[in-house]
Amino acid sequence: MTGLDLQPLLFSFRVALQATLLAAVVGLPVAWVLARKQVPGRDAWTVLILLPMVLPPTVLGYYLLLIIGRQGPVGIWAESLGLGRIVFTPTAAVIAAFVASVPFLIRSAQGGFEQVDSVYEEAARTLGRSEWSIALTVTLPLAWRGILAGLALTFARAVGEFGATVMVAGNIPGQTLTGSVAIYDAVQAGRMGDANVLAFLLTLTTAGALYALTRMGRVRS
Amino acid sequence: MEVAIEGAVDAFRLDVAFQTSHGITALFGPSGAGKSMTLRYLAGLARPTSGFIRLGDRVLFQDAPHGPPIHVHPRRRRVGMVFQDYALFPHLNVGKNVAFGLHRQSSEERRTRVGELLELVGLEGYERRPPRTLSGGERQRVALARALAPEPELLLLDEPFAALDFRVRRGLRDALSEIQTRTGIPMILVTHSLADVRRLSSSLVVLDDGRVVASGATASLLASPPTPEVAALVSADDL
Repeated sequence: MTGLDLQPLLFSFRVALQATLLAAVVGLPVAWVLARKQVPGRDAWTVLILLPMVLPPTVLGYYLLLIIGRQGPVGIWAESLGLGRIVFTPTAAVIAAFVASVPFLIRSAQGGFEQVDSVYEEAARTLGRSEWSIALTVTLPLAWRGILAGLALTFARAVGEFGATVMVAGNIPGQTLTGSVAIYDAVQAGRMGDANVLAFLLTLTTAGALYALTRMGRVRS
Repeated sequence: MEVAIEGAVDAFRLDVAFQTSHGITALFGPSGAGKSMTLRYLAGLARPTSGFIRLGDRVLFQDAPHGPPIHVHPRRRRVGMVFQDYALFPHLNVGKNVAFGLHRQSSEERRTRVGELLELVGLEGYERRPPRTLSGGERQRVALARALAPEPELLLLDEPFAALDFRVRRGLRDALSEIQTRTGIPMILVTHSLADVRRLSSSLVVLDDGRVVASGATASLLASPPTPEVAALVSADDL
């Protein structure tokens, strides 16, 4: 196992971090709307949003391929803007990790928002604050626990993403090869020592990240 | 303030009309009379089905046939509110709670104003205390300071003494009366305590089952209730 390449692990964390950030930017407003607003067709939206949690990851990857592939609407649009192709690039890995993991954030954050007593938001309204300011200064900090748990789950899911990633990003070493996929490749090639080390490091780092977030949650409460 | 509104929540129907003047107006009545619901309409936290709410020369709410529909958002009403359980933001200290409605001022102005308000309610030096370390009476005072901070044109108080024991209650009653005199801000106080009505209010609106059964000057209403129904309500010690 000389010369074990740790680059896939670092790539995984970079992808997972970007996917988690994207999930926060997109998922938190969605969770807030689901928790606080009357949405027409709410059950249908909920099913659509949570679908990636229950779909086989390869099915998810297949749908993504249809959308961001070179013949897909987003793929065509990206190429027309001169951004080049999306599939089999690091961007595709981030998109796959994001789509697979964002439902965890939305679900958890929605629960967090719903637990915030709306009397605090009403008090803020009578004190002259706008809805936007209330969401940022009252609802978000009070829903902190749910959001933090959601971020931890999202990150863990994003690090572990395999099926959809293989479908849309492939396993190009040094470009789109993630830790999870590298372990599969190592086992396929009979490099059990490499698989061992990679699996151990992935377990250690994700468990560490989870532990840190749990500690943060306790301190903040 | 001039109010004539109808509203409904599930099967409960509210249909009230009354006027308030300077000083403290008590909204008095048994539980379920619609007192808190009326306050929510006045604050703009809920929307009546019809009628109007006027504060000075401003229309806060109106619906046909009183004119084109108007429903001013609570943040533009300049109507402060002290909530029943005070609703102090648990993640902010006392100073930041009081400063919450002062977001348009500079941090220097805010600090000065928070200091003045805490002095007004008798809590000098409490800026850094988290709400969870405060007694019920202290929380109530912080809630009062917070609601007064943006200089509302009207202050609503929803059962502000309900959660407190009688000794604390007496002290806060005196404090509230003094604060009203010092600030000159008209107040509407929801209560089911006749002692609050007697000691604090200059005018009185008696509510029962979603309707106003009597309104007028507190002293004369209590001395000679207009109907046997009102007499029964205002002779009970506490409702």
